[in-house]
Amino acid sequence: MKPFDYQRAERLEHAGQLVADSGAMAIAGGTNLLDLMKLQVETPATLVDLGALPLDTIAEADGGLRIGALVTNTLTAADARIRGEYPLLARAILAGATQQLRNKATTGGNLCQRTRCYYFTNIDQPCNKRDPGSGCGAIKGIARLHAILGTSDQCIATYPGDMAVAMCALDATVEIAGGDGSTRSVPVRDFHLLPGDTPQRENVLEDGDIITAVLLPPPVSGQQIYRKVRERSSYAFAMCSVAAIVDQADGTITRADLAFGGLAHKPWHDPRIGELLVGAKPSLTLFDKAADLLLENAQGYGENDYKIPLARRALAAALCDATGLTA
Amino acid sequence: MPISINHQPYDLPDDPRVSLLDFIRHDAGQSGTKKGCDHGQCGACTVLVNGVRINSCLSLAVMHDGDEVTTIEGLGTIDQPSALQKAFLEHDGFQCGYCTPGQICSATALIEEIRAGWPSDATGDVEQAPKLTDEEIRERMSGNLCRCGAYPNIIAAIREVAETEL
Repeated sequence: MKPFDYQRAERLEHAGQLVADSGAMAIAGGTNLLDLMKLQVETPATLVDLGALPLDTIAEADGGLRIGALVTNTLTAADARIRGEYPLLARAILAGATQQLRNKATTGGNLCQRTRCYYFTNIDQPCNKRDPGSGCGAIKGIARLHAILGTSDQCIATYPGDMAVAMCALDATVEIAGGDGSTRSVPVRDFHLLPGDTPQRENVLEDGDIITAVLLPPPVSGQQIYRKVRERSSYAFAMCSVAAIVDQADGTITRADLAFGGLAHKPWHDPRIGELLVGAKPSLTLFDKAADLLLENAQGYGENDYKIPLARRALAAALCDATGLTA
Repeated sequence: MPISINHQPYDLPDDPRVSLLDFIRHDAGQSGTKKGCDHGQCGACTVLVNGVRINSCLSLAVMHDGDEVTTIEGLGTIDQPSALQKAFLEHDGFQCGYCTPGQICSATALIEEIRAGWPSDATGDVEQAPKLTDEEIRERMSGNLCRCGAYPNIIAAIREVAETEL
């Protein structure tokens, strides 16, 4: 690990000033950042510890819930209100990592977690995300866990998390404090970016920005499903995951909010899928049409070609679970 | 405030790069906690911080100002082992023993987590309180690898103690 200065932020404004410095990075749980610092993928000059900021509570807000940025994944998933009204979020969190990691991982940090692309985490390999302009090793290399949607010729990395996929389906909002004292809100659906020509930019945060909370909208009725496909039954990243909130009345779908993990550089949301499903009767043919929309522009890179049929089947399985249709 | 390891106070390190794991082993000289992968993948370094289990390799010692850290040395002694330490012996819950301090710290916390009603990925309905099943124990111990493959005996040891204590 390269040497760095360690600063403990006492207040939010103080934290904003400290992280506005170009060599500074914020640290909360640290489970991802410290790993990357050991690998010298990240070499901040200053680490700004946010741990003392009063952002560690879940409170009722505007009919929904406001989850502070420092609330751990464990406490979010264990919260009775989350388990009762937003079980999708609890399930998605519990489908990721291990108890030890979830005990440290925070809401804000988890939103910002980095890809597990092997080329990104190995400083001896080319990676446009870590070292812009150096090339992408994954495109013609080891790409088993990589993206099939929204890729560019610069980067095919995936966003690895589960929590944000559920928040994307729930249409949650990220609350951000700017370094200039301003506050703004960004939908989770717009928080992460596609790689394009700037894969080093993974989300909309600017220097000096600090995530202060995630706001969940008022709870909705319907079945909430998180279906994650992974290479072992615990402690593995998603090859594909589906977050689904589906409600029905008189045999017709009245709500269908879906998001997908493991397929793209961001939690994937395609509004056309909900538009197709709402008003229709559940059937395997309908779910296949939904997959056609999802995968319209899907592109495999060899090792990850399997994700195209996998995503189709995972979507159908999640929708069968959610609607009670038996395949 | 200093950091406390098994109720002994220590001054925080001058170099912020020191992981909690290295601090426990080197600065505090308590070598029961083990370094396996040093990347949060194996769980050998699991300790309890204020009663909550974490990977001590993925935390900086300077971030634990005022915290109470409990390691395997703090759970029991040779003369007075904890219930889980005894059960690991009785059930042959290890072969080489390298992962065992982390396994036992993890299992100690696991029992408290089930007592507190925290759900896991194995808890079918997350609205309900978890039940003490082997599936729950396996899922909750998935962050602790044992390359000797003592898993069935580890599960048996944890099940026995948890059934008594819960």
